[in-house]
Amino acid sequence: MADHAGVAGGDEVDLDRRKFLTRATIATGAVGAVFAAVPFIESWNPSERARALGAPVSFDLSKLDPGQMAIPVWRRQPIYVVRRTPDMVARISGHDGDLKDPESNDSEQPPYAKNNQRSRSAEYLVLIGICTHLGCLPKQHFAAGDLYPSWPGGFHCPCHGSRFDLAGRVFDGSPASVNLRVPPYSYPKELLLLIGADERGVAT
Amino acid sequence: MTLKTATGSAAALPKTKAGKGLWAWLNKRMPIQEFIAEQLTGYYAPKNFNIWYFFGSLALVVLVLQLVTGIFLTMFYKPGEATAFDSVQFIMREVDWGWLIRYLHSTGASFFFIVVYLHMFRALLYGSYRAPRELLWLIGMAVYLALMAEAFMGYVLPWGNMSFWGAQVIINLFGTIPGIGPELVLWIRGDYGIADATLNRFFSLHVAAMPLVLLLLVMLHLVALRRTGSNNPDGIEIKAKLGADGKPLDGIPFHPYYTVKDFVGIGVMLVVLALVVFFEPTFGGLFLESPNFEPANPVSTPADITPVWYFTPYYAMLRAVPDQRLGALLLLLAVLSFLFLPWLDRSPVKSMRYRGWISRTALAIFVVAFVGLGYLGLQPALPVYVMSARVLAVLYFAFFYLMPIYTRLDPVKPVPERVVYHAH
Repeated sequence: MADHAGVAGGDEVDLDRRKFLTRATIATGAVGAVFAAVPFIESWNPSERARALGAPVSFDLSKLDPGQMAIPVWRRQPIYVVRRTPDMVARISGHDGDLKDPESNDSEQPPYAKNNQRSRSAEYLVLIGICTHLGCLPKQHFAAGDLYPSWPGGFHCPCHGSRFDLAGRVFDGSPASVNLRVPPYSYPKELLLLIGADERGVAT
Repeated sequence: MTLKTATGSAAALPKTKAGKGLWAWLNKRMPIQEFIAEQLTGYYAPKNFNIWYFFGSLALVVLVLQLVTGIFLTMFYKPGEATAFDSVQFIMREVDWGWLIRYLHSTGASFFFIVVYLHMFRALLYGSYRAPRELLWLIGMAVYLALMAEAFMGYVLPWGNMSFWGAQVIINLFGTIPGIGPELVLWIRGDYGIADATLNRFFSLHVAAMPLVLLLLVMLHLVALRRTGSNNPDGIEIKAKLGADGKPLDGIPFHPYYTVKDFVGIGVMLVVLALVVFFEPTFGGLFLESPNFEPANPVSTPADITPVWYFTPYYAMLRAVPDQRLGALLLLLAVLSFLFLPWLDRSPVKSMRYRGWISRTALAIFVVAFVGLGYLGLQPALPVYVMSARVLAVLYFAFFYLMPIYTRLDPVKPVPERVVYHAH
């Protein structure tokens, strides 16, 4: 301290200057802290390995009999592949009034599945088998009247009671608000289903 | 500019007992004796504490139990999709006394919540959240929230099927946040589903980050308590009536009086804990749920997903709402409502002892609603249960948000000058 005593005005404290410097230091430090946090936050992103393992998977549809469902796994998500009978297809219509989102306007699906059947073709239904409420696996109740007399067949989530029809559309009174999601998919060959990729490319 | 320091010279060293020896040597260099004098023998607590005042100390004991058993479990547990479930079985079957250490930890988790819920009920009963203890209450609630996060992540570690699906449901709650939801869920999981990445980060948070946060918050809770002092069953500020020595007339030193009393409570709790650990460690599926005895299976949801009992009141409310976003919001509001209590309560008196029938009935209804929701959260999502949960959820929120009205209408009794105390 004594060394500075000789400087003119050395005892005067310029409070404005000090305040400015303090604030500038805090601001610079805060910006630095934000940048320093980025690597730690981004370390939580899916790793390169997880992304690579999320590549599209194919499924041989010839294994599936009419009325059956298979559950291949894509990106750790069970994919419900249902081969609908003409009777099942018929039971998709007629209850639009009981659905929350019959036109799938608020739901997540590729454009080719934004229709009543929510699929590329009436025969094969491809859904992400994860309840849009909180992620349980809805169970299959394909037979009409299985849950209650007017039940047209579909899926029922055992966790919180959400109900979906044979096109994965959610019924009124379910805790889920949107239809079951449809993954991007395509048919590179007849009876070969490719989940995770379509003519628009591979899913991001 | 000159700096003034408290310890500028030897004369300013704190007064300690004259003498030599290790104790004097230590105290010249560290204020151990002062600390004891200020925090224990010189810390005056109201003399009229009753049985409800055990639970703060008991929570500290359970915290230590969880830290010690947790450290030992970490020596044998192997996080990872392929190893987690097997390593827990290894602990249970092949590590000497491993079963005891794990059951102490799993039972301790439930005891933590039992003790904390009773501790919180005590605050509701005697108005301990009221001014000047609002900050104490808020820090306490932060402890409760941290404890919920800690317990949730701990429940995922055994990697049983309920661990997996519980994590799925809870993490998907974040997916209901508009806009960023799906990306946030992907970020939390670190994969397209609950995976190795998720388990490992939960392990790190459960054994390192959250215990540090909990310890810090518990310390802050105690520091805040030292400023205001404890409330008591009469809701009277003992600091308002000081004796000639400047000590509260209605206070007694925490040590030895309450340390001795707390030892009795600790003894009783440890007996009950031992009964559970040795005779009913799963507690009929409440403390350890049966689906968790099979390994995590991403393609098979257990028949009924229920969280552990301490989360079920909130879970019942989540299920009661037929919209996932509103359900998640209601759950959040249900937990956070406790934070507003100090400002919702407009009663002129603190303690239920001097409140009228309206406040007492409201508290009774709240307890019924909370316990009832807890029961319903354990049941399958049948319409009758969902409807009951809706009714109880309304009562739950009515307790909080009608409080400014009914506490003002409540016919209160006069509060005595001094605490009510009968010497034994």
